[in-house]
Amino acid sequence: MAKTATREAYGKTLAALVEQDDHIIVLDADLSGSTKTSLARNVRPEQHFNMGIAEGNMMAVAAGLAASGNVVFASSFAMFAAGRAFEQIRNSIAYPRLNVKVCATHAGITVGEDGASHQSVEDLALMRAVPNMLVVCPADASETDAAIRAVYAYDGPCYVRLGRSAVEDVYTEGTVPFTLGKGNVLHKGSKVALIACGIMVESALKAREELLKDGIDATVVDMHTIKPIDKELLIELTKTHDLIVTCEEHSIIGGLGSAVAEVLAQYAPCRQVMVGIQDVFGESGTPAALLEKYGLTPADIVKAVKEHVK
Amino acid sequence: MNQVQDLQKHAVNVRKNIVKMVTAAKSGHPGGSLSSVEILLAIYFTQMNISEENIHSCERDRFVLSKGHCTPCLYSVLAEKGFLKEEELLTFRQINSRLQGHPSMRKLEGLDMSTGSLGQGISTAVGMALSNKIHKKPYRIYTLLGDGECEEGQVWEAAMAAAHYHLDNLLAFVDFNGLQIDGDVTKVMNPTPIDKKFEAFGWNVIMLKDGNDIEAVIRACEEAKKCEGKPTVIVAKTVKGKGVSFMENNAGWHGNAPSEEQCAQALEELDGGAK
Repeated sequence: MAKTATREAYGKTLAALVEQDDHIIVLDADLSGSTKTSLARNVRPEQHFNMGIAEGNMMAVAAGLAASGNVVFASSFAMFAAGRAFEQIRNSIAYPRLNVKVCATHAGITVGEDGASHQSVEDLALMRAVPNMLVVCPADASETDAAIRAVYAYDGPCYVRLGRSAVEDVYTEGTVPFTLGKGNVLHKGSKVALIACGIMVESALKAREELLKDGIDATVVDMHTIKPIDKELLIELTKTHDLIVTCEEHSIIGGLGSAVAEVLAQYAPCRQVMVGIQDVFGESGTPAALLEKYGLTPADIVKAVKEHVK
Repeated sequence: MNQVQDLQKHAVNVRKNIVKMVTAAKSGHPGGSLSSVEILLAIYFTQMNISEENIHSCERDRFVLSKGHCTPCLYSVLAEKGFLKEEELLTFRQINSRLQGHPSMRKLEGLDMSTGSLGQGISTAVGMALSNKIHKKPYRIYTLLGDGECEEGQVWEAAMAAAHYHLDNLLAFVDFNGLQIDGDVTKVMNPTPIDKKFEAFGWNVIMLKDGNDIEAVIRACEEAKKCEGKPTVIVAKTVKGKGVSFMENNAGWHGNAPSEEQCAQALEELDGGAK
């Protein structure tokens, strides 16, 4: 199966979009080779502006460009976008509801060797808490293409979480069902539902294969939109499932698991287990070694299911 | 009546409204609002091509209040322009009002950006000026910073970017009234020399000895237009609390509302100044 990083797919789609619309302006903070906005710059240099290593200024400049009728894609690593520039995103972009797409790459621990200073495990929590902000985390290259086109078509602030490392294809190119705010049921099973986002969708699918060997037919949902979360789908799932397992490459505090728990607790109480980063910082290492050490492999999902399934 | 006399009359009215608004709201920022009256009047009455017809559009000159706490001055100037009724000014900071404590562009037409968190407004102005360059629009972008605000690192990130992209369609003012909440700017965290810093960042700098002299402010705006290839900053020395004796040069009036009695005294003094 083909392996592509979602950041790579983002760059490709952005390059296609800038050629169609001269009101798309792309900003980067000296990481264009890594975030892949360089691909857009290669085709339309006059629509790409490097703002240097100054992320706070970049986000507020993005707001000014959007207030002038442009669709702005502003990229950096998740740590420096959602983290460092949090308040600029909050006050200058989200509060005035401006049309800026914060596309943050190198999210989660699979940044790898750079270590904890660069591994954003809180960005979903930060962005989800901001009013007016839409939060998306695609699973693979094809879904990233669909997600970027969807946020481009949506008029308002969005946060898109992308990864550094190559991930296997979950979808077949050109056949991704993608509606903002609507989760994709990839497999319909019973009793156990695995709800994942980002790179954990692929892991959830692998966990499902393992569970089948033990006679557990798990439902797998790709919850690509973290906010607004697909409340209807979650409530529906609780009617036919006893256990919900959320899977995310993010802290269990404030991310997908929390978003799901907020719905379950209020509307449809159901046993939930959270596979995610357990309120700790990461460290240097290969992405594979980190996923194993921090409990984010298909085997960890399988273990969580077996421990809690009735 | 010539333009200057006309604007001086507007200035008295703006100052009276600032005092009334802050008194009615029992909160707000009179000091820095009173110091920046002539700057905003010069921008809105002699520079910007804003009108009832184009107010909703970005196809015009725009203004960003980077020192977002000085809304009493901005709302009062918008009222002088006829964009909102004087009686609405008294809803300032009240529940359900369009006149938020700090500017919210989604609440009130004519506000070109939501600001309030210091240092961010100038960056948004850079974005607007950059957009006008990209799309070859002739409109100019104006912004007003506080001197204390220049302690925010983001101001200098924005300054770097504006010079880097040769934004000569951007005119920034620094309301150099010398005081911030905790006292004298040079004692709290010295941001001076502000002019030399902007110069070092690649800006055209105009020093204005009296930023409360409307004629001098207009002249400086005209001079700024002549500069090509660089953004311009007008560092305007002003008096915090200008026009109200007990507020002048007193940091205590940065963010405090006067009592009814103090308000009455202030209005009397301001009326006297109009004679």
